[in-house]
Amino acid sequence: MQVTSPVREPLVTGGKTLHDVTNDIARHVEGKPTRLWYISFIISVIVMSYGIYCLYNTWWVGLGVWGLNKTVGWAWDITNFVWWVGIGHAGTLISAVLLLFRQKWRASINRAAEAMTIFAVLCAASFIMMHAGRAWLAYWCLPLGNTYGTLWVNFNSPLVWDVFAISTYLTVSVVFWYIGLIPDLATIRDRAQNSISRFVYGTLAFGWNGGAKDWSRYEAVSLVLAGLSTPLVLSVHTIVSMDFATSVIPGWHTTIFPPYFVAGAIFSGFAMVLTLMLVTRVTFKLQDYITMGHIESMNKIILLTGSIVGVAYITEFFIAAYSGVDYESYCFINRAFGPYWWAYWSMMSCNVISPQLFWFKKIRTSITATFILSIIVNIGMWFERFVIIVTSLHRDYLPSSWAMFHPTRFDIGDYIFSFGFFFTLFFLFAKYLPVINMFEIKMILKSSGDKKSKPADVHAAKTTTV
Amino acid sequence: MSHSSQFLVGVFDDDEVVLNAVRSVRASGVRVHEVYSPFPIHGIDDALGYKRTRLDIAAFMFGCCGFLGAGSLIGLTLGYDWPMNIGGKPFAPLPDFIPVTFEGTVLCTALGMVATFLLASGLFPGSTKTVFDARFSDDKFILAVELDKNHGHSAEQITKLLKSNGATEVNLKEVKD
Repeated sequence: MQVTSPVREPLVTGGKTLHDVTNDIARHVEGKPTRLWYISFIISVIVMSYGIYCLYNTWWVGLGVWGLNKTVGWAWDITNFVWWVGIGHAGTLISAVLLLFRQKWRASINRAAEAMTIFAVLCAASFIMMHAGRAWLAYWCLPLGNTYGTLWVNFNSPLVWDVFAISTYLTVSVVFWYIGLIPDLATIRDRAQNSISRFVYGTLAFGWNGGAKDWSRYEAVSLVLAGLSTPLVLSVHTIVSMDFATSVIPGWHTTIFPPYFVAGAIFSGFAMVLTLMLVTRVTFKLQDYITMGHIESMNKIILLTGSIVGVAYITEFFIAAYSGVDYESYCFINRAFGPYWWAYWSMMSCNVISPQLFWFKKIRTSITATFILSIIVNIGMWFERFVIIVTSLHRDYLPSSWAMFHPTRFDIGDYIFSFGFFFTLFFLFAKYLPVINMFEIKMILKSSGDKKSKPADVHAAKTTTV
Repeated sequence: MSHSSQFLVGVFDDDEVVLNAVRSVRASGVRVHEVYSPFPIHGIDDALGYKRTRLDIAAFMFGCCGFLGAGSLIGLTLGYDWPMNIGGKPFAPLPDFIPVTFEGTVLCTALGMVATFLLASGLFPGSTKTVFDARFSDDKFILAVELDKNHGHSAEQITKLLKSNGATEVNLKEVKD
């Protein structure tokens, strides 16, 4: 039994009734797309088309179109991969971890955050396919019988673990997200005005009729899925970090990597959720559902995880010096003061210094400041991965093979592709599916809404179980 | 031969009212067909006399299958079918097998449990489950009573019982089997 204190800020403002919730959220699915939506969608498709052209070149000509050389064999591809996977983790954190901790404020943001997870993981997966060079041979990563005397994949390799981790993560995220959508799709089906949308949403809603037995099974499923997703999301970024940590490259071979990567992932993911939700809440007029309280809570998580990341950076530096290993120490001095100093200090200022501004309540509750900082955090997190990957590789053990990495227009174009792809999917989602989980909002409305007309509500606010 | 059954459909405005209605309707000996709501109502399973769902047991079984399946796939391929000398390490280094075995377990549990849920509840594309009142997905709480299964009570008695327990309207609905 959970007791909500009457002094808690309401999570849904504006005195909404159950019917208002349905109307406010389903309205955007039912109406014609706005001009703003068309413009943003077309821009995303154009950006994605340019990206597809670059991608076509990458695959047709080969990885030689990238700026890689024999010293720096991983650069933007893996940077972008880790960056996108990290962004994806916030969705699972919100939908699974906050569900287990019974944080009711997740209800307003979980749907969009989970959609963001799926699209971000797809973007990440596209970089895995790109960096493999011959994407059509990607099935070689699977343990399939073959003509080489059945030589199996090497399950000792973190890169193979990654294949299994990312594909499991994507599958479970899609399933979790879709299961959560079914009751809301039924709402849209029952409100549909024309036969096409009744058929489409009716098919997607799987015949849901809200029976008590189905709800009870539904709740058991979402609890178990949340319980599974929590260790899953931690395992995914742990395994991503092991791609680096199990090698013997200075700057990569450290045991701090798994927790440090997971904290960084949550940090960047929440920043991306904020970037997207701040725009969505204004364009769809959802200020009553995504309140300042939600924004402040997310900013507090950014502050916490940003500080963890900061401690990790300092620890890495200290351990490099303390270990007494010349290569390790040089790697870190080179990071901060070598030719890539600008990337290192961009990372430090964006990730360590800028989130500390959230200690001030004025900044934490300012929408403009939050929006700017959320973008700065993601720039910083991109630089973090770039710094880890490129500065560790470009000056290796043999000074004669030291080199620099210079991105070509195809490196940049493939990164642009992922943005176009991500936003195309996100705009489609925002138009054709309910961006806020309607039934979960209805569930918390009595205990966390600000409607105080009936005395029964006041009583409910003190004792309702959720 | 097409057969149809008749239902009395009570419409309620509030989850706590419908929960109390279920309790008192059942206490007066009327069998409730099902309650339909826009969101899960806590405590309604007990009020309706439903047993606890066994889906989590199914999930555990699927998890065991995933664990054994993924574990034996790795063990049999690397340790038995084609042992490879990788850096002089053992052929079956168990710590290395943890990640893929874990992912296999999670995948199998999640997909198996969701598939069981969809099958058990009859949810699939094109499924036509009875919707007694389409407002269930908006803001109404629907309590359905099947008349054929309540011969001891007349339709008027049940209607009165529902109304006295807070139903704002009671409709008769015929459902083809």
